[in-house]
Amino acid sequence: MKRKSWLVLMALVMAFGTLLAACGSGSSNTGTSGESGDGATAAQDLHINMSAEPPTFDPAQAKDSQTNTALRLMYEGLTRTGTDGNPVPGVAEKWDVSEDGLKYTFHLRDNAQWSNGEPVTAEDFAYAWERVLSPKTTPASEYAYQLYYIKNGQEFNEGKVKDFADVGVKVVDEKTLEVTLANPTSYWLGLTSFYTYYPVNKKNVEANAQWASKADTMITNGAFNLTTWTTGQELAWTKNAKYWDAASVKLNTVTASLVNSGATEFSSYQSGQLDYAGAPTGEIPTDQIPAAKQQYPDQFQAKGIASTYYYLFNLKEKPFNNLKIRQAFSMSINRQAIVDNVTLGGQIPAYGYVPPGIKGNTEEFRTEYKDSYFKEDAAKAKELLAEGMKEEGYTTLPEITLIYNSSEAHQKVALAIADMWKNNLGVSVKTQNQEWSVFLDNRQSGNYQIARAGWTADYNDPMTFLDMWMKGNGNNDAKYDNAEYDALLKDAQASQDNAKRMEDMSKAEKILVQDDMAMMPIYYYTSVSLVKPNLKGIVVDFSGAIDFTRAYFQ
Amino acid sequence: MVRYIASKFLYMLLSLFILASATFFLMKAIPGNPFMSEKNVQPQIKERLMEQYGLNKPIAEQYLQYLGNLVKGDLGISMKYQNQEVSQRIADTFSPSLQIGIFAIVISIVVGIVLGLIAALYHRKLIDNVAMIIAVLGIAVPSFVLATLIQYIFALKLGWFDVMGFNEPSDFVLPVIALAVQPIAFIARLTRSSMLEVLNADYIKTAKAKGLNGFTIMTRHVVRNGILPVVTYVGPMTANIVTGSVVIEQIFGIGGIGRVFVDSITNRDYTMIMGVTIFYGVLLMLARFVTDILYVLVDPRIKLSGRKGS
Repeated sequence: MKRKSWLVLMALVMAFGTLLAACGSGSSNTGTSGESGDGATAAQDLHINMSAEPPTFDPAQAKDSQTNTALRLMYEGLTRTGTDGNPVPGVAEKWDVSEDGLKYTFHLRDNAQWSNGEPVTAEDFAYAWERVLSPKTTPASEYAYQLYYIKNGQEFNEGKVKDFADVGVKVVDEKTLEVTLANPTSYWLGLTSFYTYYPVNKKNVEANAQWASKADTMITNGAFNLTTWTTGQELAWTKNAKYWDAASVKLNTVTASLVNSGATEFSSYQSGQLDYAGAPTGEIPTDQIPAAKQQYPDQFQAKGIASTYYYLFNLKEKPFNNLKIRQAFSMSINRQAIVDNVTLGGQIPAYGYVPPGIKGNTEEFRTEYKDSYFKEDAAKAKELLAEGMKEEGYTTLPEITLIYNSSEAHQKVALAIADMWKNNLGVSVKTQNQEWSVFLDNRQSGNYQIARAGWTADYNDPMTFLDMWMKGNGNNDAKYDNAEYDALLKDAQASQDNAKRMEDMSKAEKILVQDDMAMMPIYYYTSVSLVKPNLKGIVVDFSGAIDFTRAYFQ
Repeated sequence: MVRYIASKFLYMLLSLFILASATFFLMKAIPGNPFMSEKNVQPQIKERLMEQYGLNKPIAEQYLQYLGNLVKGDLGISMKYQNQEVSQRIADTFSPSLQIGIFAIVISIVVGIVLGLIAALYHRKLIDNVAMIIAVLGIAVPSFVLATLIQYIFALKLGWFDVMGFNEPSDFVLPVIALAVQPIAFIARLTRSSMLEVLNADYIKTAKAKGLNGFTIMTRHVVRNGILPVVTYVGPMTANIVTGSVVIEQIFGIGGIGRVFVDSITNRDYTMIMGVTIFYGVLLMLARFVTDILYVLVDPRIKLSGRKGS
């Protein structure tokens, strides 16, 4: 029957079959060879989700948290971050520091080798760092500034110093690397565990410029090798038998699906497809957090991480060029209510800028210097607003727009805060969401009045939060300009005395938040995740970066 | 026929050129660049990157260079994914979209037409009513609601399928259903109404009067004439489905081309935006082209060069 209509069907199917042949050729070997999803417990096979595919597997090009998670599995720097957050020996088995804190001599362990069996040498590190800094590297490394601590690193990157021999990196012999810093920097050692400092296999990189774009051309020195890379679909790593510390690596494989949906991720965790869900690799949707907490009280984790969520005032534009108006806006919201009812992830209300988790002199900076820079007080805020308006000669406030990048979470916070302003100050603020790049463009070019912002630590020192507010800093989107602030920070940067540095930085923070109210802190982030009860050994560092290399199933 | 195809083909090239040009300039007009993040890139690094990717040249020069490469079939290198060819990424991610899409298309055409036929034959009877209620529901329920619902029931609660992924044959089932339900409903309604119209036409009465048997009437007259509106719908639908549904792919965790397109815009990955747009353009035009030819095959009354006598 219906001969013709079947013809129609056949023709259609064949037309697209041809397309399939034409376009679908090549590399989607999706078959994950015989993994039994439910046998995960005994098999030491970890399943996670990454909400985006790492854009690169080249340490010199890395700049985002997904790549960080992936590279931590595959590479090891001179040091690693230990369970207590301090640097522990990695490729370097020991190191000496000179009296003046400028010169580090690293002694590489003899059994450190690449996945192809070649030894990891001091030359591999020097070469990797030269690649990061060299102005000739294509594409240019966006994180090159992480190596500016090294003597002449910045000058070499900017092309002012031509010869890498003048940069403070010296290969003494195959297993000895000598590094000279520009300034004594107490936290620099911790940075040697960061991805920009990872070594690369010199021979391999020089032989093949595309080495990092295929799984089988990568030569790495970490606990795992990337073995499956299905574009947009899945990544899988297998334990690297050549890794010097392979004995303490218990997982056999790590498999990451690449799904950009918190809801799907949560469902997959519920169904047992995933062993780990949530930050920093994925996301538990805010509206599912109460359900997750209730359903898995022993698997739900909300850890504080060193990041701050805040609103940025445009200090050059009306009306936020006025201090009292800024203070009024900042004092008239209820931060506790926001974290309890809107964000739901156990975040901590912020009254300062440096988050908990950042080291101070002997304890955490936030423990040593409390963030009691201001208090929420609606009545006082209203008075301040009236005074501020009088100073500026306003009878009514100019129209105010709050911008944030499109995301349900940011939207909820923005609406809650706008509502608080309306109730407590009687001010109507327009909220506007903007697509990510448009938003960043507006914020960077000063085309805003109040904008959402967030800042994550690059290294474990308050300076990573404070130096961005110095005049001329590339991240000073608020165009904050206070000579006293800059002087205090320069003092701290030059000093070797840690107690004095912390003192300086706390004074600077007080100026920034209490005296100038240059921005409006809202909360300190937490990292919300679900972890299967028998999955142990995951290390999350101060910044929220995750290390699965020593994870195992009990 | 050859002339017809040749002229169609020329029109396709022209449309493609217009598409590429318009996309290029629109894309450059939106704010932002591929090298943006919460942490600002240092000015000198950004400058270096712009130079390395040729983004600091005058826009006209960039445009001409792009067209030149396009003619050579070179879609360039992604600006977000290091060292990865745009064409390779498109091929890799189109494959799952296409596989799921083909299943969904075949199922929606077969089930849709059969459902529509049955409904038409049993017009105003119980079967017809049931089929049409289902069809209305199918059209009314958005696919993402349906997708979430069947995922919840069949994957999470009953555990018959994986919640997400694209590894085993069983991973096809839920996304294909989610993709197919709406087209099935639409095709069924389309088939039914067009069949009903044909069934009441004079030539069917003539055929009956001539004493042709029911089967011959059905296949030679009713279906053949009634199928035309469906053919019209199937062309664009096909292109629509195989270009990937962002939402369905996201819900079922399938790394298809839908997400690549959306992400490329968010990332301002210029070469990728252009590549996927052109690829989509070609697909859509091919689908229309095939539809046009199918028309002629199904209904000889439509002459190839019917617009101006040949």
